[in-house]
Amino acid sequence: MAAVAALYDEFKSLGAEVLAMSTDSRFVHKIWQEEELSKMTKGGVPFPMLSDAGGKIGTIYGVYDEEAGVDIRGRFIIDPDFVIRAMEVLTPEVGRSPQELIRQVKAFQHVAKTGEVTPSGWQPGGTTLKPGPDLAGKVWEVWKP
Amino acid sequence: MAEMKDGCVKAARGPIAAAEPPRPVEAQQHQEVTQMQARVGREAPDFEANAFVAGQGFKPVRLSDYKGKWIVLCFYPGDFTFV
Repeated sequence: MAAVAALYDEFKSLGAEVLAMSTDSRFVHKIWQEEELSKMTKGGVPFPMLSDAGGKIGTIYGVYDEEAGVDIRGRFIIDPDFVIRAMEVLTPEVGRSPQELIRQVKAFQHVAKTGEVTPSGWQPGGTTLKPGPDLAGKVWEVWKP
Repeated sequence: MAEMKDGCVKAARGPIAAAEPPRPVEAQQHQEVTQMQARVGREAPDFEANAFVAGQGFKPVRLSDYKGKWIVLCFYPGDFTFV
């Protein structure tokens, strides 16, 4: 959470809203913010911290672990039309990469704006592809891994 | 902004099924199962949850309040965990 908070300005500049959610109550969120997060990153976590009581929301998002009774690490990119564009779900022991998350948001925004598609590992300014009959079998001419 | 009055237990709506026209019961159940499962390329299942927001205190947050914006929704196992 603190890692995402540290890059919050970048999410803001992309016009992206961040929402964090666990099965903890809003009271625990408040104390975690005050006791720990605010010491990891200046000002603490600036985005809403949501409480998924009973894991009902995590269940429909496929991230609720019934045995442990918690939501495992899962993150979703939702576009302005309210369509889920990406999801990444990890078991709890490995943290996520906020840089990769930002790259994906930028890629989806580029696709939404231009209709082009972005090949593997695309970074802003990199080669994009224009899908169509002419490109079939010719990707190698414009892009290589 | 003053924190809203807030008891120890406060129900939030949780998952909110999309409004749909009346259908035969069997079809309705099937519809609910398929609609209320997050999948890429599909509409995000809406929900309302109680939240803590820095500087604002406690308030309910509904996912669809953010419709029209890019949203990053992050689940994590718990406050005070180590990763």
